[in-house]
Order: sequence, then C-alpha cells, then structure tokens
Amino acid sequence: MFLAFLSVGLSGFGGVLPFARRMLVERRAWLSEDAFNETLALCQTLPGPNIVNLSVVVGSRFAGPMGATAAVAGLMAAPVAIVLVLATLYGRYGAIGRAPAMLEALGAAASGLVAATAAKMAWPIIRRRPVSAAPFIALAFVGVGLMRLPLVWVLLALAPISVAIAWRLKS
Amino acid sequence: MKGGDTLQALAVQFAILSLVAFGGANAVIPEIQRQSVDLHHWMSGKEFAALFAIAQAAPGPNVMISTLVGWKAAGVPGALLATLAMCGPSCLLTFGVARIWDRHREAHWRIALGAGLSPVTVGLVVSSAWVLTRTADLQWRLTLVTVATALVAYFTKLNPLWCLAAAAGLGLAGVLV
Repeated sequence: MFLAFLSVGLSGFGGVLPFARRMLVERRAWLSEDAFNETLALCQTLPGPNIVNLSVVVGSRFAGPMGATAAVAGLMAAPVAIVLVLATLYGRYGAIGRAPAMLEALGAAASGLVAATAAKMAWPIIRRRPVSAAPFIALAFVGVGLMRLPLVWVLLALAPISVAIAWRLKS
Repeated sequence: MKGGDTLQALAVQFAILSLVAFGGANAVIPEIQRQSVDLHHWMSGKEFAALFAIAQAAPGPNVMISTLVGWKAAGVPGALLATLAMCGPSCLLTFGVARIWDRHREAHWRIALGAGLSPVTVGLVVSSAWVLTRTADLQWRLTLVTVATALVAYFTKLNPLWCLAAAAGLGLAGVLV
C-alpha cells in the first residue's frame, strides 16, 4: 500500500488524480471504474485534499487503519521531501540573480492554472443551475475573494442555505 | 512570536483549515494567505506567491502549500507539523465517514449535500484565482503570462507543467521583468 501510493505521489506533476486513477483502476485493479468514481465523489464531498482522502478510503478498505496510514504516508513522503529541498534552495538562492524574476513568472503562470481550474469548475454549474447554485459561487467569491472575510464565517453563512435549497429542489 | 507559539499557531490554523477545505487545498488559498501574510506576518505577499509557485511546480498534491508555509514560519518542524495538521483531521473524518457512506449510496441527504456544497466550493476556488492573480501579476507582462497559461490550461489538454516550465524559462531569460 505504501509503495503503491509512493509511486502516485512521485508521478503527480500538475495534479495527482489521473495518476491515482491509472494505478488503482488500470494497473492494480484494486477498484473498478465505477467504484473509483463513487469513491472520488465521497472524497470530493468531504473536506480536505481529495487525493489524500482517496488514499485513506482505499487504504482502510483493504487493510483498516494501518492500511489508511500506510497509503497516506506513501502518498505524502516523496512530495514533502522534494518540496523541502526546493524550499531550502529558494531560501538560499531565491533572491540571487535572475531567480526572483523566474519565481515571479512561475507565480503568474501558477495563478493562471488556478484560474483555468476555477473556470472549468464554475462553468457547468452556472449553465445547469443558473438560479439555484450560481448565486452561491458569486457570494462566496465576494465574501472570501473581495471582502477577505474569514473563510469559516462565509462557509457557515452560505453552506447551510445552499444545501437546504439543493435538498428542496431534489424532493 | 517565539518558536513554540509559532508552532502552536501553525497547528491550530491548519487543523481548522483541514476541516473546512471543501474542494481541497485550492479552496483555502485565500485563507492561508490572509492568515500567514496579514495576520501572523510570517511572510510578505510576494513571498507567498513564490511559495505557491514552488508548490505548483513540485510533484504531489496541492496541499504542499501548507508544507511550505510551515517551513517559512518555523523551518522543517513547522513544515512537518503544518502538513500533518492540514491532513490529519480530514483523514480521520474521511476514515469515519467512509464506513457510513457506503450504506447510504442513494440517500437523498447525500446528494443534497454534494449539490449544495459544490457552488460554495467553486466560489472559493474562484477567490483563490483572484487572490493569487492579484499578488502575482505585478505588471502587465506577468498578467500576460497568467492569461496565456489560463487559456492554454482551459482549452487544451497539455500537461500544466509545460506552462510552468515556459514561464520559468521566460523569467530566467529576463524577458518579463
């Protein structure tokens, strides 16, 4: 379990999910395609990094608490080590020569990636539920993005109403 | 702040974020930035942007930004503690819920919960994009990089690493700043 998720953590450049899917469904056949989607839906509903939650579910299904621990540790070990090496390099050379210019450019591109992710997530919801869901995208953005209110307040204010509306619409 | 206080603040901050990070780490970027830049002054906005860029360029889950914030605030112990605090609570919750969840596969409340939380989560990710863009795009050439990257990532299936590599290359060449 540790080794399987170690390979996922190492290969996950620019998003781990596709690699996790390949390992779990195609290479090791630990999950069927449907079971993978089902598990992913659960992990996306719960708070926390989706991929970390996914490794908890898969690990615990096969080997209980120990399996879950091994899967998460495997997933995180290599990325944490690598990022600490990068951080040390940044601390030592981050202000020298062209390094600041490179980091500024990298930061601009990284924020562009998040913008694309946001657009990909927002568009289907705006199209399918323009009245019942789209306003909550806008309100969350105004509260957290523009007004910089604490996240917990915004969540406590918006999430119950949004869930209640979804509940009414489905019944 | 003394070392012990910083570690404690890191642990509390990320343990709470762990339980409200619906939609993953990308949804809580504005909150991480607000707390570590404005509230605790662990770094400047510019340094935060640089750390976020490093987290994106490195392999692994998005949650690496918490590792880097922990490192900046309190070195390697801070990095490990922040990572553990960011993952621990949500892992425990997932472990507990996974058992109940399977029994309520078609349950009404489960569908409503997913459908109700998703627009709020998306609003948070939009906020992340906004906050990051505002800290990263200090002048128009950098804005151009952001827009180009966003368009490529939205309309093509190119591995995002290529965009990051291209931007880093342009930065190193001294074309941008």
